[in-house]
Amino acid sequence: MSAYKRIGRTIRRTAIQAVPTVLGIVILNFFLLKLAPGDAADVMAAEAGSATVETMAALRERFGLDNPILVQLANYLNNLAHFSLGFSPRYGMPVADLIGQRLPGTLTLMLVALAIAIVVGLVLGSLMAVFAGRLPDRLISIISLLFYSIPGFWIGLMLILLFSVKLGWLPSGGDSTIGSRLTGLPVLLDRARYMILPATSLALFYLAIYARLTRAAMLEVRSQDFVRTARAKGVSPFVLTTRHMLRNALVPITTMAGMHFGGMLGGAVVVETVYSWPGLGRLAFEAVMARDFSVLLGILLLSSFLVIIANAAVDLLQAWLDPRIGASR
Amino acid sequence: MKAQQLKIYSGSENEISAGTPELEPDAAPVPGSRWTHIHAPDARTTAVADARRQGRGRELKIFLSNPNALFGIVVLAIIAVAALLAPVLYPGDPLEMVARPFLWPGQNAAYPLGTDSMGRDVLAGILHGAWISLTVGIAATLLGLGVGVTVGALAGYFGGLVDDLLVKLIEIFQTIPSFVLLVVLVAIAQPTTTTVTTAIAIVSWPTVARLTRAEFRAIREKDYVLAARSLGFGHARIIFREILPNALPPLIVTSSVMVASAILMESALSFMGLGDPNRVSWGSMIGSGRDVIRTAWYLTALPGLAIVFTVLALNLIGDGLNDALNPRFSEER
Repeated sequence: MSAYKRIGRTIRRTAIQAVPTVLGIVILNFFLLKLAPGDAADVMAAEAGSATVETMAALRERFGLDNPILVQLANYLNNLAHFSLGFSPRYGMPVADLIGQRLPGTLTLMLVALAIAIVVGLVLGSLMAVFAGRLPDRLISIISLLFYSIPGFWIGLMLILLFSVKLGWLPSGGDSTIGSRLTGLPVLLDRARYMILPATSLALFYLAIYARLTRAAMLEVRSQDFVRTARAKGVSPFVLTTRHMLRNALVPITTMAGMHFGGMLGGAVVVETVYSWPGLGRLAFEAVMARDFSVLLGILLLSSFLVIIANAAVDLLQAWLDPRIGASR
Repeated sequence: MKAQQLKIYSGSENEISAGTPELEPDAAPVPGSRWTHIHAPDARTTAVADARRQGRGRELKIFLSNPNALFGIVVLAIIAVAALLAPVLYPGDPLEMVARPFLWPGQNAAYPLGTDSMGRDVLAGILHGAWISLTVGIAATLLGLGVGVTVGALAGYFGGLVDDLLVKLIEIFQTIPSFVLLVVLVAIAQPTTTTVTTAIAIVSWPTVARLTRAEFRAIREKDYVLAARSLGFGHARIIFREILPNALPPLIVTSSVMVASAILMESALSFMGLGDPNRVSWGSMIGSGRDVIRTAWYLTALPGLAIVFTVLALNLIGDGLNDALNPRFSEER
């Protein structure tokens, strides 16, 4: 079967599977919105400062809040189909625009953190597998277990304390120097300085997971025939580890990385509040503080869609990498 | 925040599930007039029951000979004792002002860990916080396990349409980023200890459900389940007496990691100001300490260390349980 056909099949299967999930998430989201204390009319009335019972009723009629719940659900679905997530009275702009502004910040942070976690995790995991049972293995496994147990927001604060307060090497919050007139490469370097601490705090937890996964996968691969063959034909230990063993160990790690997308988004919420990083998580925190539920639920809905897209992307990647995956199902 | 994902329980087939049709001999089918011809299983039952007890002892021995797991147990026991002693040692409200603010640890013997920006005793807060963390962690895990095992057992045992629907439900909950859902749920329901516990259970049951479903699907094909079915046992009896006991080992491993991740989630929530405002918790202590991190960093560091030690202890116990209950994995070490 050709690669295109295989990928086409994977796309179709993924799309068909995603439809009920999306619908379920949308409906769950709608009922959560209904459960939230106060509706749009309450918010508008509070913003206006004075409202009679009559104006409240008029507002409710205008927003269709007096309709039966199923009609309201239909309206909600209709709005979503037009990419409208509602209006945020707090920010005075549509929720979709607000989220669109913040999304790139979060995605960059997550991707950098994921890259750090995978690269360092692979290196540490390989070291653990090479020295399995000896001192380096024990030391790294203790460190990774520690990383796995540390709350991301706390290590974030401790990193700020060490690198910003005590040493003064790195900035403690934000995403770029305010009012700087840098252009070109210096802008990137400036942003990278702001990126290091938040991305590290977010990455440590996943780094620990990937290190342990890599170790287990490498130990499993090590006893297989092709590794013995490679060693017999005189491949150097370094090439053997990187080219022959690590490559095979990568498959479970890409799967896990795809699964961790949602968890990482949640982690970003907390880490962003620590570093005042202008992203979705910070927006979610502000929305919680302001009790702005339309923004909060917009974030929930959009982040769920992001997870679906990320899962589909991992499926496609694997169908492309491994011919057995698309064809067998 | 999805700590339970680290546990890849490799292999559902472990030796205690090899053949254990009955737990106790007296639960065997009553040899009534219709069943006079099947006395043989009784003899087999007693023999297997002995073997099982030996098996459990072996696993306990492996678990207790693991220094990491023992360290975890000791640390957890100390924290549990601290939590229990909190109302005895510090009977007052830990949120009350007791001394001059910003006393550093060791500065005043009456307040060994110092006081915070409002003059509250840090040690009293940490001890009372231990109680909140442990109760929320354990209660949320029990609730999540209950829902997850029920859903997973129904899906895995019955299969077909029930399975399809429940799997879809699990998938929906696993797709939504769990911490974002947790924040939304707690923000909507107003933060109290009960709502935080329930919300953590709501976001953590799908992992259990998936695990239970996989175990049930594997075990329901086994010969002893077929035997139980052919003896005419009802669904409830097969689920609870035949399959569930054999599906327990991975669930036990998961539950210790679930408590750890529930504690992490609770601390993150209260750090963000979404904890019960009337109860002191480690997360809320860090949250109020972060504003003064430049001048009084111990206010942030100490409660964080408490979280790290608790979660580390639970993860070490989880690892030890995994090694003990899953021999195939432990041989690799």
